[in-house]
Formats: sequence, C-alpha cells, structure tokens
Amino acid sequence: MKKRVFDGSIDYIQVMDENGNIDRELFPKDVDDQKIVQMYKLMSMARALDAKALSLQRQGRAVTYAPTLGQEGEMVGSALAMGKSDWFVPNFRQHPVFMVRGFPLDIGLLYWRGFEEGVLPKGFQATAVCVPVATQMPHAAGLAYAFKYRKTGASVVAYVGDGGTSEGDFYEALNFAGVMKAPMVAIIENNEWAISVPRSKQSAAQTLAQKAIAAGIAGVQVDGNDVIGVYKVVKDALANAQNGPTLIEVLTYRMSLHTTADDPTKYRDTQELAPWQARDPILRVRTYLTKNGLWDEAKEKEMAEGQLQAIDEAVEKAEQFKPDPGSMFRHVYSFMPQTLKDEFDAAVKSGYWQQPGSE
Amino acid sequence: MLTNMVGAINNALDLILQENKNAVVMGEDVGKDGGVFRVTDGLFAKYGGERVIDTPLAESSIVGTAVGMAIGGMFPIAECQFAGFQLLAFSQIANHMARYRSRTRSAIELPMIVRTPVSGGVRTLEHHSDSPEALYAHIGGLIVVEPSNPYDAKGLMIKASHLRDPVIFLEPTKLYRLFKQEVPDGMYEVEIGKANVVREGDDLTIITWGTMVPVVKNAVEKKKTNAEILDLRTINPLDEQTILDSVKKTGRAMIVHEAPLSFGPGAEIAARIAEKAIFELDAPVLRVASGSFPYPFPGYENYYIPNEAKVSEAIDTILSE
Repeated sequence: MKKRVFDGSIDYIQVMDENGNIDRELFPKDVDDQKIVQMYKLMSMARALDAKALSLQRQGRAVTYAPTLGQEGEMVGSALAMGKSDWFVPNFRQHPVFMVRGFPLDIGLLYWRGFEEGVLPKGFQATAVCVPVATQMPHAAGLAYAFKYRKTGASVVAYVGDGGTSEGDFYEALNFAGVMKAPMVAIIENNEWAISVPRSKQSAAQTLAQKAIAAGIAGVQVDGNDVIGVYKVVKDALANAQNGPTLIEVLTYRMSLHTTADDPTKYRDTQELAPWQARDPILRVRTYLTKNGLWDEAKEKEMAEGQLQAIDEAVEKAEQFKPDPGSMFRHVYSFMPQTLKDEFDAAVKSGYWQQPGSE
Repeated sequence: MLTNMVGAINNALDLILQENKNAVVMGEDVGKDGGVFRVTDGLFAKYGGERVIDTPLAESSIVGTAVGMAIGGMFPIAECQFAGFQLLAFSQIANHMARYRSRTRSAIELPMIVRTPVSGGVRTLEHHSDSPEALYAHIGGLIVVEPSNPYDAKGLMIKASHLRDPVIFLEPTKLYRLFKQEVPDGMYEVEIGKANVVREGDDLTIITWGTMVPVVKNAVEKKKTNAEILDLRTINPLDEQTILDSVKKTGRAMIVHEAPLSFGPGAEIAARIAEKAIFELDAPVLRVASGSFPYPFPGYENYYIPNEAKVSEAIDTILSE
C-alpha cells in the first residue's frame, strides 16, 4: 500500500513592492498613512543610529558592533506589530527592535561600549541580547509557556538568523513550543549571510520557513524589506499566538558587515549588493510617501536633524558613564558568599582598580 | 517520616509545588512514569501535566526553556535524566543559567533548579555515572549542591526553592535507596554553603561529599581513627571557613571525592588549604579520587571508584607523615 500522509506548502507575502506599490487585498486594516510615516521615521532613525554606532566603533569609542543596515524594515515592522504586554527575545542584532520598543538609547550605547549596565533596565519586556547563536530560542519557548501557564495573555516574538536555523536549539525550541502550543512567534531574519557562509550552505531546504512543517506549526515567508508586509504577518501570527506558534522567514539582506571585526569583501561578491539596494526597505516607503504627497525634502531635513540631535545627546550621556568594578562581584548571586567577598575585599585593597589597563 | 533519599526529594518537590503555584517540575519521563528513579512519582497525578511536564527528549531545551520560564515569573525544577546527558545542556547552563544575573546586573534573576542523578556504583550503562560537580562549580554564578543523606536532600531542595539563584542539584544515585533516615514531615531548610561536621575528631580532617560520605565514615569507624569528617553538601559556594577551622585544629587534611583526580574539586580545596593554612599542617594534603580518565563501563567501576580500602590506606599514609 502507498498513500500520501502529508502535504505541506509555504506562502510568500509582500504588501508593498520595491516601487512603493501596494497590494490592497493584503493591506492591513489598522495601517493608515500616519502609521506609514511612523514606520518611515523609525526606520530612518534606526539607520542613523547604526551609522553613528559604526562611526563610534571606528573611532575606538565603542567595542565590536553588529550593523543593522538594510534590515530596518523587518525589525521596525515586527516591533510595531507587538502588543503592549508582549515580550521579545533578541539575538545580537536587534537594536532597532529595542529602540522601537522604547529602550533608552543611551543605555543601548553602553552595551556597545562594553558594559553590562547596557543590557537591560529592570522591567523592560525583553530577554537580554544573546550572542551564542540560537541559544535564545529555547528561552522564547519557555517564556511563552510561562505566559500561557500564568494566563497573562502576552505573547513572545523571538529572532534568529538564517545561520541560527542550523543550530539544535532552534529546532528544539520550535518543537517544544509546538507541543505546548506556546504563544511564540519566531522570526528567521534570513539576511543571506552568517558571517561568511551563504544561506545556500546552511540548509538544502528551499525555504527556511518550511522548517515549521517539521515542528507541526504554522510557517510563512515574507519580503523582509517590506515593512508593512512584515508588520502584517507578525500581527496575524500574534493574533493567532494563543492557539500556537508561528515561524516567519523574512527575506532580507545584510548590506553591511557581520560585525566590525569582519571584512565581507573577502568572501562575497560586491555585485550582490546592487539588486538589494533597489529593494531597500526605506527607499520604497519614501517613494510611496512622496508619491502621495505625505513627505518632502523639508520634512526629511527636519526629521534627520531631530534624530541626529537625539542620538548625539544619547552618546554624550552614555560616555559619561563611569564603570563600577564592584558591580562584577555584587551581581553573581542574590547574596555574596564569603569566598567571593574575600576576593572583592582583596581587589579593593590592592588598588589595581585605580589603574585599569586600557579603555 | 522514615524515608530514603528518593522519598525525601519526592516529598520536597511535593511541598514546593504546594507552596509555590508557579513552580513546575519538568524533564524526560518525570510525568506518568514518575522519573526513571521514581523521584517524581505521584506528582503528575496530584498536580497534572501543566505542572509536571513530560518534555520532548531534548536536554538543551529542557534547561533552555526552564531559563525562559524563570524569566517569565515561574519556578522551574528541571531534571536532566543522567549526568552524561546533561552535557547536551551545558551551553544553556554555562552561557545562560550561570550568567543571566551578572550580565543583566540583576535586572533578570533566574530562580530555578536543575536536578541530575550523578556518580556511579549502581552498574548502569555508559554516560550514566559521571561526577560533574567541578564542571558546574568552576563556571561561577551557579550554586552547586550535592546531598549525601535524605535529611540534607530535602532541606537543601527546599532551601534552593526559596532562593533567587540558579541551583544545580546533584543527586548521587548510589545513595537514593542505600539507607533510610528520620526526616521531618513539613518544610525545613538546610543552609546552602555550609558544610556538615559528620564526625568530630582531632587526628585529621577528611573533606568529602556525595557517594564518598558513607565510604569515608565506614573506613574511619573500622580503623578507630579519631578523624574529623566534613560533608561539604554545597560544592559552590565553598564553606572555606569550616574547612580551615578543622584543618587548623587537626593539622592534617585529606580530600575524598568520586570525581576524577586531576583538576577535580579536591585541587581547589587543597589550594585553599595551602594558601591559608599551610603552616598549620603536619603533613602534605592528600587527595583520594577516581582515576584521571572518563568513567569506565560498569564491569570496571569497582576498580575505579575509591573504596574503603583505598581511603583506609590513605589514612595510614597521612597519619604516618
């Protein structure tokens, strides 16, 4: 006997194409022109902030930095789709999501200056930035289970890269969330490159969204440079999250470096960039806004000046931060064990904290 | 109540689930089966599948989802079925469980317990018998406890459930059913970071824990040596004070553990004694431990684990110095 026991397929969604044309059938009902202007401003702010952070790093005023150039659409779109009580679970490139969710800019900059004090203010509805790839995904599944168990009504939006989908923790998290019907929306930011390894070398699967099928959960693919499209699919997934998780693959491109420790000219053809420049997430929204008389040069100038000023103020504030080496000892446990206190007392007494190596 | 260690831990989990409505027990086979050692027996029937969770078979996400649950306001008590399998969760334990507090400067705390059966002597297959306490103690940020009797097991588990810290709770399988002990029915705490003076004495100090506690006790009793025996109970944070006080009194220090000798917890303890009490010593510090290689197959384990004879010989050696 032979019979078909399973069928699966993956849809691709795009609401606004690269010329600013809108698919009216898919256009989300809660988006109006004002909201599109807000999306435009937030994406522009993310890009300005990225340029500043990169420049600070090049001047030696920040440690290694992970640029976000080209991915502003998917980050702003997904962040705006979250509800008030929702949480998000970042990897290490989610600074635009933090920004949209109200993270103080100066605190964010402290992370890039190399201080733990820049990770999370108490009460902020996100887990901490996560550097070991995909290890944040089980946290998202567990957090979503906690919200379900405690009946808070909140959902969790988690981010992982295309490279991250090769990790066991990625699949384990989808599997757990699927079995538990945990309210988790997992976003694969497929930006084509995991440092130097292209998407084609991560998986033989035609789409990464289809990894949802193996976990028995919903999966969809979306134009990641279409801020409205991403907003729509994340919003739809969140509306359904109490019934179970969704995996969303956003198709975008890492226009810049993996991090400032990296030189992409070594492994990728610069000609790859041109088609993606035409698909820029900010450009298409500007085309739409200009075409509809909602934006002009004067507004652009006013916005850019305001954003630069806010960024400069945040940088100034972040640079006033004075590290407190004692904090390393005070936040290991909820109490300070005697053996650790002995180390702390010895460090204070020796005075080497007064002559730090270099900064 | 008179109970063995399995019963004492089971009772502690029951009391914790009663007391804290956000507490859950989770892991492989912890539900209907009651755990492969029956430590969670009866809890599924009493609290249901939402609180006594049979997870998918994946250790990394057992610990990883527990981290997420702790962030989400719950108190997860996760089980890794065996010490060898727990290594699949090592990334979650070392990268997240241990350092979430420090890297968020306490904005996020992880009140949670990861329980694991450890050590050998019960003729199990490969990867079931490791003694990994040094691995977890070395990271920092984790509390590592290992009881040697039912009373301490229950009291340490309850104490761990009242902390705001991640706890690695190591349960020696050899001691699960070795003996019974009178244990209070209700809640009580055993202090974490405090060694137990099992036997007072003046001739020498033997520092030990877990499976080696009964081995050392028997060896000392048979030799009629007036040894002071310390059962650490907590590996990290180390109760350095009790160790130093005892060593200064007896002038001789011996460390006995089942974990491999090289780079084991005994090295840490010996170093501290050397740093802070070397001039009080009448003999070099002596370590008794398993061989410096991975745990053997069960057919060889009795040649591997330190036994009474090995401890007894070591006592003769250190007393003759």
